[in-house]
Amino acid sequence: MEQVIFNGIYSGFQYALIALGLTMIFALMNVLNFAHGQMYVLGAFVTYYIYGVLGYPFILALFSTALTLAIVGVLFELLFFRRVLRHSTREESSMLLAAGTALLLESMILIFFGEKHRGVPPIASGVFSVGDAFIPYARAVVMVLAAALIAGFIAFMRFTRPGRGLRAIAQDREAAQLQGVNVNRYAMLGFAIGAALAGLAGTLLVSISGVNSGIGTAISIKAFIMVMIGGAGVISGAIIGGFILGMLESFGYRFLPGGETYLIIFVSLIIFLAFRPQGLMGKPWG
Amino acid sequence: MLNLDQSRQLKVVFVAIFLLLYLVGIPTVLAGYPYLLGIITTASVLSFIAAGVWLTFYIGRINIGQGAFALFGGYVTAILIMRLDLSFWLAMPIAGIASAIIAILIGLPILRLRGVYFAMITLSLTETARLSAQSFSSITNGASGIIKIPLPQAVELFGITIIPEFASTNKHVAMFFLGAFLLITGYACLYRIINSRLGRLFRSLQQSEELASSIGINVPILRVIAFAISGFYGGIGGAFFVASQQSIYPATFQIQDSIYFMLYCFLGGLGYVFGPLAGTFVLFLSFELLHGLNEYQPFLYAIIMISFMIWLPNGLLSIRLPSFISQKYSGSKS
Repeated sequence: MEQVIFNGIYSGFQYALIALGLTMIFALMNVLNFAHGQMYVLGAFVTYYIYGVLGYPFILALFSTALTLAIVGVLFELLFFRRVLRHSTREESSMLLAAGTALLLESMILIFFGEKHRGVPPIASGVFSVGDAFIPYARAVVMVLAAALIAGFIAFMRFTRPGRGLRAIAQDREAAQLQGVNVNRYAMLGFAIGAALAGLAGTLLVSISGVNSGIGTAISIKAFIMVMIGGAGVISGAIIGGFILGMLESFGYRFLPGGETYLIIFVSLIIFLAFRPQGLMGKPWG
Repeated sequence: MLNLDQSRQLKVVFVAIFLLLYLVGIPTVLAGYPYLLGIITTASVLSFIAAGVWLTFYIGRINIGQGAFALFGGYVTAILIMRLDLSFWLAMPIAGIASAIIAILIGLPILRLRGVYFAMITLSLTETARLSAQSFSSITNGASGIIKIPLPQAVELFGITIIPEFASTNKHVAMFFLGAFLLITGYACLYRIINSRLGRLFRSLQQSEELASSIGINVPILRVIAFAISGFYGGIGGAFFVASQQSIYPATFQIQDSIYFMLYCFLGGLGYVFGPLAGTFVLFLSFELLHGLNEYQPFLYAIIMISFMIWLPNGLLSIRLPSFISQKYSGSKS
């Protein structure tokens, strides 16, 4: 039982990290970033090369992944989303574009990194136990890193000037603009941070279970589920959604066979949203 | 300047030329090339399925769940044919109706959601359908799928063969005509719906549901009607692919397909009834043409899609329209 709860918390930290990035981009630009899972995979591959192939320290891989993904995020915003959002007459256009970027990123990952499943040497060895649960040190390190990243993100949003600017845009774009917030620059920053968070989550994943180029869509869907549970565009919602999904998954894999876990999660999600369309923490839309 | 009568005549002429080329030209030219004919057939039926998605766009909902209905319709058809020995010609309409019923049941709760939320929940729906097909293996045979489904049989009425047995004729041409039949009736119905009172009511939902309900339009019912029609299109399309591929697996329609249906609609243009038709043919045919490029194919495909979005954000069919018409749609934000 302890093992199941530990696994849930462990996945919860990683999932929260993924959901945070997605919810951030959504809150700022009203764009559902379909490419989020692919950004995660790209992050995992960057880490694979820097830490696994070239043998640099893990912490360096962490930073360079964040930087690479931030650049990808900025490019996406600058080259694609900004232009389309300015000209399009319907909000759906951004969704098509997002799906297109997901396909683009996935195909590029496939071209550059191939189809093979890649793993890296563990970042820490050994196991300790709490109660009945066995906890490998590597997973504990990943959990601590994820927690630190989440805390850092929240602190950034709460206490810094750019963080306040981002929150202002999320709350009311026009009003923020009138108060002198440079919306274009902050949208770019938001996209960079969102992408970097996805990439960092990928970094943490590759150190445990490896990565292959096909898992992007599945990750995106998980991120969507978390955001739907917690409420789109809300930081607390993303974190709660991440932990709920982590727990559900952990319990489901323990007590149910095969694919039934996600079937149950999806069905209960549909029922849940029928009663609470805005998710747990979301504001009702107007 | 064309007056109304002339422009209507022009339209009729265009449609007649298109039908002639499509129904006579393509099968005579391509009868000897089953691969190419198959591509056209597949594109026809995909555009038929996409027509359903387009209708949900028309009421202002982003629908990424069409794969679920196609899969459901496909499984209904396959099970009816294999277990109950039903003729394909009966199984197909039943599959369509069953999908429409499912769409009503699911639509009632989820159509309350809007925008991105609706998009995400319908996306989950596609995945749910795939997982259900995998999990209920006593009916669906799980991941190994239902295979060796017979081709559609002959239909005879008063001793006259109306539809020949597919296995005894040129299977590819027969499939083409079935696909063409679906495409033509499907789009004729859609055109009729959009230009009817119902269509104008749908349009009012797209613009503002609050406003529509304030003047006495029963919004929830209309939403469900549109979703049910969409599900019907999906179910029928799924049934067709069961006949043409003679098999169905949980992965026959998955998230990728649902996203593609959405893309076909976008690309053709959400403001035009024939948008999904144009979008499907252009995207699907270009996808097949790029086939020789192997691993670079999806990459180029993505580039094409993104550049379309950047330079033609209102769809292919917006190209030749004068600016005042595209302005008409600029006010319609859902």
